[in-house]
Amino acid sequence: MNLTMPLRFTSVAAILAANAAFAETTITIATVNNGDMIRMQGLTEDFTSKNPDIKLEWVTLEENVLRQRVTQDIAAKGGQFDVMTIGTYEVPIWGAQDWLVSLNDLPAEWDKDDILPAIRGGLTVNDNLYAAPFYGESSMVMYRKDLMADAGMEMPEAPTWDQIAKAAEAMTDKEKGIYGICLRGKAGWGENMAFLSAMANSYGARWFDENWTPQFDTEEWAATLNTYMDLMNNYGPPGASTNGFNENLSLFQQGKCGMWIDATVAASFVTNPTDSTVAEHVGFALAPDNGLGKRGNWLWAWSLAIPAGSDATEEAKKFVAWATSKEYTALVAENEGWANVPPGTRTSLYENEEYKKVPFAEMTLNSINSADPTNPTVDPVPYTGVQFVAIPEFAGIATQVGQEFSAALAGQQSVEEALEKAQALTADEMEAAGY
Amino acid sequence: MARSVTTQRKIINTAAAWGIGFLIFFPILWTILTSFKTEATAIADPPVFLAFDWTLENYEVVLERSNYARFLWNSVFIAGGSTLLGLIIAIPAAWSMAFVPSRRTKDILLWMLSTKMLPAVGVLYPIYLIFIKMGLLDSRIGLTVVLMLINLPIIVWMLYTYFREIPGEILEASRMDGATLKDEILYVLTPMAVPGIASTLLLNFILAWNEAFWTLNLTAAKAAPLTAFIASYSSPEGLFYAKLSAASTMAIAPILILGWFSQKQLVRGLTFGAVK
Repeated sequence: MNLTMPLRFTSVAAILAANAAFAETTITIATVNNGDMIRMQGLTEDFTSKNPDIKLEWVTLEENVLRQRVTQDIAAKGGQFDVMTIGTYEVPIWGAQDWLVSLNDLPAEWDKDDILPAIRGGLTVNDNLYAAPFYGESSMVMYRKDLMADAGMEMPEAPTWDQIAKAAEAMTDKEKGIYGICLRGKAGWGENMAFLSAMANSYGARWFDENWTPQFDTEEWAATLNTYMDLMNNYGPPGASTNGFNENLSLFQQGKCGMWIDATVAASFVTNPTDSTVAEHVGFALAPDNGLGKRGNWLWAWSLAIPAGSDATEEAKKFVAWATSKEYTALVAENEGWANVPPGTRTSLYENEEYKKVPFAEMTLNSINSADPTNPTVDPVPYTGVQFVAIPEFAGIATQVGQEFSAALAGQQSVEEALEKAQALTADEMEAAGY
Repeated sequence: MARSVTTQRKIINTAAAWGIGFLIFFPILWTILTSFKTEATAIADPPVFLAFDWTLENYEVVLERSNYARFLWNSVFIAGGSTLLGLIIAIPAAWSMAFVPSRRTKDILLWMLSTKMLPAVGVLYPIYLIFIKMGLLDSRIGLTVVLMLINLPIIVWMLYTYFREIPGEILEASRMDGATLKDEILYVLTPMAVPGIASTLLLNFILAWNEAFWTLNLTAAKAAPLTAFIASYSSPEGLFYAKLSAASTMAIAPILILGWFSQKQLVRGLTFGAVK
């Protein structure tokens, strides 16, 4: 076939145009190795089939490494990630710095108003939603119904700390290797300090007063830490100062804990008969309070955000909208069952009749709804965040404070010494930071 | 009597050597065993040593979830490339320091070594920014160069030590026979130092293979080696020990096999010049 020059040119142009139309954009997603995240990776064919021009690359990192990597990348404008998995601690700080892309313009069918108010509030800065929640969690009491029945006790739906102490005492049988209560003891701002900061809220304690003065020298903090130490020293497992989420999960699943107060997301693990030896005996209750109007539960949401340095913002938004949509929830339910859908983000999920049958659904919702990151304490505070203070300095300070409290739990110092050191180091760090 | 004491001592020494060897190898053995357990068995208390239902499920999950071949290729490229590049630079450097030393040679050697005393995180940010400017983030080439630079002092020091054991007269003789500098290094020095070069190569390959700070910080999806592959199996919420062990076993297997086959060469090189 003898093509004339104009025809040849037109053909080549058409081919190039067609190629351009199918040009592939790769978006790199940084995430953590949590069950819900891994499940999402397995279901992305649904997204790529609907968006053939978008290719997904996954970078799965350990939580602390991820935090450090994305902070480094976002601060240096490295542009390595187009979507990043971050929590409710980072979003207010990074959002205020304009490090994240606003998600206010996600499509109407994504239904922003369906996001649980407490979660949405934690991810919004100056009316801008800076991250879409993938799954949300609070904390609650998970307890052994059989051990409580053996002790002739019944767990209230909303227990007080006194009731928790009595239940812990009644269920403890150290000869059989059963400890009444398992709590986080491992040092870290997201470890023991997540638990203790939330617990402190229920005792009327707070990290800072309205002038950013540290409050560890108050009676409320002493009461919080003394109760925690009494519980752990009398009814807790040995070596608790190195126990975090996974260690306690392991103990609970092996039937060695009467109670465990931790993330609501643990409910699906402890009720899974494949891994848990006590799956059919687990009951749930709200995190304890002290009659002061605040419960000792936290609020957290692993969320998907787009760094301001991304050069594929539109494609990234499409992915974020897909992964956090109602349709995605339905897709998981269809493939993996309702017990495995990402919990704690949407009102519609908790109105779903099928999901209501999941044993921990209602308690998870009630726990999330009882946490208020914008008003976390009994007395007023100048910060937001339930188990954290949303300022950049917090992670470093709280990790040091956590080390002091963990050392007290390990018997290396008294509660008074730990609180004194916490007060001094927090005051020093805050002064150095210019507060 | 003297003979029986010697035999007894031999038995004690052998038993002690096996005991210490087993102790050192135990963490690796435990990792391998855990990789064949279920997550529930992996955390069982008391721990189960051998009497458990062996399963390959963790390997199936890891292979299904991750692109192992890509991580492996990245590790081979980065570790191999940085070692070879390092040798190309270090052999002439070590030659000059060993055979044509100046008044400052010792100082230069010490200065080179002193760079290893700086915590890596101290230069992370400058290197990260340079990588952004040069477009080297998440690239195998960039990581190869960084790992080469990091291990270069060790390569130079090792080769310098080996070269010092070679009589300078042999090199002088080759020069008198008309050998050029290139001929001298390539055809006289290098063949004589093969055990030393081989052990340097192997040791640096292992160091680069296991390097986790830079490989985790400077890569994302494309250039991530096996260290990133292992790190991706740690989970903050959920049990992961069995799958992490499977990933670790798959990551160390190639280097373990390499070390196994080359242990004779490695030991000979490491003890080169140790006994005079």
